[in-house]
Amino acid sequence: MTLLEARGLRKEFGGRRGHGGIVAVDDVSLAVEEGETFALVGESGSGKTTLTRLLLHLMEPTAGSVLFDGEDLSGLRPAQLRKVRRQMQVVLQDPYSSMNPRMRVTDIVAEPLVTHEPATRGHRGRAGLRDRVGELLDAVGMPAEVQDRYPHEFSGGQRQRISIARALALNPRLVVLDEPTSALDVSVQAQVLDLLADLQRRLNLTYVFVSHNLAVVQQVADRIAVMYQGKLLEVGPAAQVFRSPRHEYTRSLLDAVPNPDPRQAKRRQAVL
Amino acid sequence: MTAITMPVKTPARVRTTSPLRAVLRNKLALVAVAVLAVMLLAAVFAPLIAPHDPNAQDLLVRLRPPAWMSAGTSDHLLGTDQLGRDLLSRLIYGSRISLLVGASAAVLAGIIGATIGLVSGFLGGWFDRILMRIADVQLAFPSILLALAIVGFLGSGLWYVIIVLGFTGWVSYARVVRAEVLSLRSREFVTEARAIGVRDSTIMRRHLLPNVLAPLATIGTLHVAAAIVAEASLSYLGMGVPKEIVTWGAMLANGQLYLGTSWWLAVFPGLALMCTALAVNITGDVLRDVADPKAYRR
Amino acid sequence: MKPLLSIEELSVDFRLDTETVHAVDRVSFAVEEGETLAVVGESGSGKTATALSVLRLNPEPPCVYSGGRVVLGGRDVLTVSEKDLRGIRGNEVAMIFQDPMSSLNPLKRVGVQIGEVLRRHQGATRAEARQAVLPALREAGISDAERRAGQYPHQLSGGLRQRVMIAMALIGRPKVLIADEPTTALDVTVQAQILDLLADLGQRHGMAIVLITHDLGVVAEVADRVVVMNRGEVVETGDVLELFDHPAQEYTRALLRATPKLELT
Repeated sequence: MTLLEARGLRKEFGGRRGHGGIVAVDDVSLAVEEGETFALVGESGSGKTTLTRLLLHLMEPTAGSVLFDGEDLSGLRPAQLRKVRRQMQVVLQDPYSSMNPRMRVTDIVAEPLVTHEPATRGHRGRAGLRDRVGELLDAVGMPAEVQDRYPHEFSGGQRQRISIARALALNPRLVVLDEPTSALDVSVQAQVLDLLADLQRRLNLTYVFVSHNLAVVQQVADRIAVMYQGKLLEVGPAAQVFRSPRHEYTRSLLDAVPNPDPRQAKRRQAVL
Repeated sequence: MTAITMPVKTPARVRTTSPLRAVLRNKLALVAVAVLAVMLLAAVFAPLIAPHDPNAQDLLVRLRPPAWMSAGTSDHLLGTDQLGRDLLSRLIYGSRISLLVGASAAVLAGIIGATIGLVSGFLGGWFDRILMRIADVQLAFPSILLALAIVGFLGSGLWYVIIVLGFTGWVSYARVVRAEVLSLRSREFVTEARAIGVRDSTIMRRHLLPNVLAPLATIGTLHVAAAIVAEASLSYLGMGVPKEIVTWGAMLANGQLYLGTSWWLAVFPGLALMCTALAVNITGDVLRDVADPKAYRR
Repeated sequence: MKPLLSIEELSVDFRLDTETVHAVDRVSFAVEEGETLAVVGESGSGKTATALSVLRLNPEPPCVYSGGRVVLGGRDVLTVSEKDLRGIRGNEVAMIFQDPMSSLNPLKRVGVQIGEVLRRHQGATRAEARQAVLPALREAGISDAERRAGQYPHQLSGGLRQRVMIAMALIGRPKVLIADEPTTALDVTVQAQILDLLADLGQRHGMAIVLITHDLGVVAEVADRVVVMNRGEVVETGDVLELFDHPAQEYTRALLRATPKLELT
């Protein structure tokens, strides 16, 4: 079933009296099925970041609508919107700035719980909260003892794990991952991707995976959407898009990816 | 692809000292903190430390110079004023007012300024525009004039002085906090909070406020120093605290008449003012250096 | 054949308030004339600090060159005079960085900045410099050179700015070009173009290129030889084909395994 849907989304920035301004997202429609990993691929200026913010309803679209589980997010009252947010969480790119440096890990991971479940606030809720945070940290491979530490005490990969734990706190159905491994060293990237795959299997999560790194996308995606300058150029099953891309831009994108195999490298002029 | 355990990648680090010890190596900072500590102790324990009652007049010993000079006595280490009152005791008691007014005014201005800065920066829009125009207008007024006008209206008194200095001093705080909030607003952890569904007021309180405390504290120490001097100016102009309470500003005003003959009446309160303001500023820097590296080191 | 640039047992420390970081620990490798050498490592490996040492560009309080030599044309860069150092920078060895925006003056037009470099390095007069700006831009693959020369850095895309940086670096006709993550901040399509440009320029001018990167794909695409660094030390050095086919060290093997590869068949 379709969990998240975008219909004719459009977002304009700036411009006065209908003149000038930038169209960041131009007539984008897509549908994400429950349980799949839907990859959104594009370079800078493609509009993919704006699109994720629109999908999460962190900004109002200029035109078009976003539907979660059939409900149009624009029409919802704040209380209803907050209910939907429980089911749709996000993991952002930069592990160094996606967490409040002055909050402890336990408060960071517990924030979604404290926000949505009043029972967890106050003295009595505190103990149960710690247990729950411990479970979440365990699920992402971090020992429970890290709860009282601060973000700056951890490496990039560890911080991403904490971010993922936070995203899972409310048992969401959908997680939007905006370049989750782009800021990580390649060795750590592999571990985080494995973790994400494992969690998806166990918790039946749906992922919207945004990335500019096609090799990573190939590893994780079921379906891919390619964006360029605000428009959706092509959408399709991953294997198909990689094997026989329909659009010229997609082809050039695939061709440009540096290949870690010197024999197949295209730019080599030295005589082998 | 299976998960790989990689050998540790960070370069070899050798821990040489703790942040506290690094601070202690800075001699200027040490001196400043020591001076401030002494002042605070003097202010708190004034009745125990002061050799004389600051208001006790003894015309027999009027205008005596400091003890190390020929006409001085060891009974009055820093000399006496025209009414025979002991200068050292007056300085010690005067520090109470200065520090009290300085700290209170800074706290009051800080609360007002931080709130305005937070709300203005985070919510933006016409709200922000109006508040910043009010700030501009306030800045354009010479603050002493404004303070004089308000005190003239309300009447002189300790708490009025504090209120005035607090209400005229908020602008610097607001601007700095607003600038910090504007840059924090687009940081990812704020986006995260909004995506989780946290309310705006909670975001401001839990995410933005703790992160603006550092610049707030810096402005705060500068303002304490400025408020101390401002209070002294008001007292000097006779518009500050009632005459029975000893303040350095009033001492300065009093000493002005005797500058040519009995220089110690004005010089010592002036020195005290200067040293306190400097000590507060430098201590503020030190506090920031100790607090920050831990929070912001990657 | 004697190498162009030789780094011998180089050690670089960063003395911070509370700790000392041994960023580079007895690193040795050489760069031959005309070759493209990739220095590859993850964050914290010391590759950037090593590269900056070649031109003594590390910020000198906190940084301390605690050992070794950087031999260029028979002289040790770490001990030459300021005057000689200025002669080396830009003329024998040039460097380009990851973020061109921080190396370009945002207040001056691009053409003017290139002109300044020309006047400084070749002693050109203002008129001569103006003549030489356009060919310099074109050589870096900038097509609309007249228009671009009159623009400010913020008006150019990331790829164009990097080309401007390359144009500026090439003016002194350096024998070695050090490129520190030159394409990391760029889109992958632009990255490919810049790598092509570098390889092409290297060949045309017989210039050696030292490419600092964390991306093994980039290494495979352009490098002749590779130096692998970790924790401030050199893990392994070798010919690129050899390294990828038969990595000798476990770290190198792990790095290769972790690098995702795009399958297009």
